[in-house]
Amino acid sequence: MTIFAVMCAGIFPIIHTGRPWLAGYLVPYPNQHGLWVNFISPLVWDVFAVSTYFTISLLFWYVGLIPDFATLRDRTVSKVKKTIYSIFSLGWRHSNRHWQHYEKAYMILAGLSTPLVLSVHTIVSFDFATSILPGWHTTIFPPYFVAGAIFSGFAMVVTVLVFVRKVFDMEQIITIDHLEKMNKILLATGMMVGYAYAMEFFIAWYSGVHFEFFVFVNRAFGPYAWAYWIMVSCNVLFPQLFWFRKIRRSIPAMFVIVILVNVGMWFERFVIIVSSLHRDFLPSSWGYFTPTLVDLGILLGSFGLFFTLVILFSRTLPVVSMSEVKAVAPNAQPTHHGGHLE
Amino acid sequence: MLNPLTMEDILNNNRLYGITALFDTPDEIIHAAKEVAKAGYKKFDVNTPYPVHGMDRSMGLRRSLVGYVTTFLGFSATAFILLFMFWTMSIDYPMVIGGKPYFALPAFIPITFETTVLLGGIATVVGLIALFSSLPYNNHPLHDTDYMRAVSSDKYGIVIESEDPLFDEEKVKELFAKLGSKKIHSVFYPEETQIPVFQPRYIVFLIVTAIAVSALTYVTLNKVLFIEPFSWMMEQDKVTPQEKSSFFSDSYGMRTPVEGTVARGFIPYPYKGMAAPTETLPNPLLPTKEVLELGKKKYLTYCSPCHGNFADGDSRLRGQFPNPPTLHSQRARDFSDGMIYHIIVNGQNIMPSYESQTTVEERWAIVHYIRALQRAKNAKLDDLQEVNKEIQLNVEE
Repeated sequence: MTIFAVMCAGIFPIIHTGRPWLAGYLVPYPNQHGLWVNFISPLVWDVFAVSTYFTISLLFWYVGLIPDFATLRDRTVSKVKKTIYSIFSLGWRHSNRHWQHYEKAYMILAGLSTPLVLSVHTIVSFDFATSILPGWHTTIFPPYFVAGAIFSGFAMVVTVLVFVRKVFDMEQIITIDHLEKMNKILLATGMMVGYAYAMEFFIAWYSGVHFEFFVFVNRAFGPYAWAYWIMVSCNVLFPQLFWFRKIRRSIPAMFVIVILVNVGMWFERFVIIVSSLHRDFLPSSWGYFTPTLVDLGILLGSFGLFFTLVILFSRTLPVVSMSEVKAVAPNAQPTHHGGHLE
Repeated sequence: MLNPLTMEDILNNNRLYGITALFDTPDEIIHAAKEVAKAGYKKFDVNTPYPVHGMDRSMGLRRSLVGYVTTFLGFSATAFILLFMFWTMSIDYPMVIGGKPYFALPAFIPITFETTVLLGGIATVVGLIALFSSLPYNNHPLHDTDYMRAVSSDKYGIVIESEDPLFDEEKVKELFAKLGSKKIHSVFYPEETQIPVFQPRYIVFLIVTAIAVSALTYVTLNKVLFIEPFSWMMEQDKVTPQEKSSFFSDSYGMRTPVEGTVARGFIPYPYKGMAAPTETLPNPLLPTKEVLELGKKKYLTYCSPCHGNFADGDSRLRGQFPNPPTLHSQRARDFSDGMIYHIIVNGQNIMPSYESQTTVEERWAIVHYIRALQRAKNAKLDDLQEVNKEIQLNVEE
């Protein structure tokens, strides 16, 4: 899912550069102009962060799938499928001499992708934070974006899982306990996000900067107050319902809440971008943003791309790693006296 | 119990790869691996549908070295990208951006981190696949056997290869039977098949396919669905010359200036339209080197096609347009500067006006250049002396 989301995410900076056919200029390559990219520009950081995140996620995902491709290869009866699975399984033989390195490499990849998650959202927040616009120019952005990313990521995963476990009859594999744990994380990160909202206001007041303070008052009570309060209620208030065990374990209730969280996180971006921009230093350039048809089309298109890819993936490839589930099934591992049968 | 060689294998006389045995529980396979290692076999392997804990120790394997590959390549990337950013931003094209120093280490951290992780991650996966597992390997003898299908699903298997120095078919089978395996098989190398690449039929097939694919691609992309991927901002909303506009009531996109207004920089020419004006303007430019060079450039662009490169009236148009007379005639030399300017603006006989192609300054520069050409073609003796003096001065210098 990360991969598909990153694919969509990668498209947006390219669109907003305004001349998408020149996106290649963002890659540092020796060129006729004798120029290099500006390595201290957040846009270039973005290129590196998003492409690294995409590559490592893709590798992590693929490495996890190799043993499953091998199993599929050995179980399929169709010759075409067998060829495809053979290619992707790379001839994996489930050999322990390979498992030994595989487990280590998988652990390393997991270790690499964890800080990568933090870094990619930090760097995305730098896009805002390194500017001088009030409402963007804050040091709280990196941790706030990371918390927000985990929050909205978990909400999206719950949204998809609710369907996947029902449609693919995986209620024994993706249990209600798993969902409950995810809801707890949603509750925790939701409060972190709430704390960030509050802290933004505090800093705006405490800093004593006029412009900063104006932006935040304008955000909560100005023309975009509706968007701000949708964001706060969806991200902070509704997840509080997860304090109740009943709601945490109820599929319809959690589905409604995670959808609200998705909406709320979308509005968070909307609030950060639009409400900071619509009234900047020059009152003569103040305005009210109304999305055009093209804007809406791009948004709808990215939703379409994401869900198409997710649905294609869950239709064709194992959603849950088979080899991992086998390894944690009861009696899958040797007993303590393992190997001493005599 | 013991699986005898099948008739097929004997007939094919294939080389033996090894003996396999299947077990049902992880405990059994751990025990089997221990015993096989204890018996002194080196070339044996265990195949399990998932990594079984403690198997590495039972098989007597050393620790995996994947981590070293990650560390080494990851830190190589750190060093490389830092040096690279230092070189590009401080040496190859030094630029001060945002008042930061050339080597702005804090601002280099994000990219350094990302590159480290990227290369470390790629190195881990490539190392795992190519270096440590020797994959891809799709024609391994164990593939497409019942043994592989079983361990791929839910059984635990062990195989001793025939290349092991201690290998003895009967002994291995006995050992496996003693360990409690109920399914013991011999696995043979697959029959080596050669793909006849250079068969004439195959080559013809390749050529035909190549031609068909190219033709189809060409027709599809260039004829059927020609889509310009990017218009490079060539299509814009602005009104281009000759375009219709729905904004104005007369539908003309091109507008004439409002009556009575004068465009910026416009200098009116008082003798416009007169065939033979009695008065003309003086040349406002001095014949400096720059002016003569501008005049030469414009003369060669606009005048020389008909008048010839040296104003001899030797048109380059090969009779497609009537040749004009030479500009070295007495009449042309007696023209005042203003008269030549007037002719350029107004045209004469069949020569059209060049007002729209040239600016005022360019026209006067052309006049100077024509004067220079005329002087060169009708040089006097003292001109030569002047030239000689010039040459001598140059030599002395």
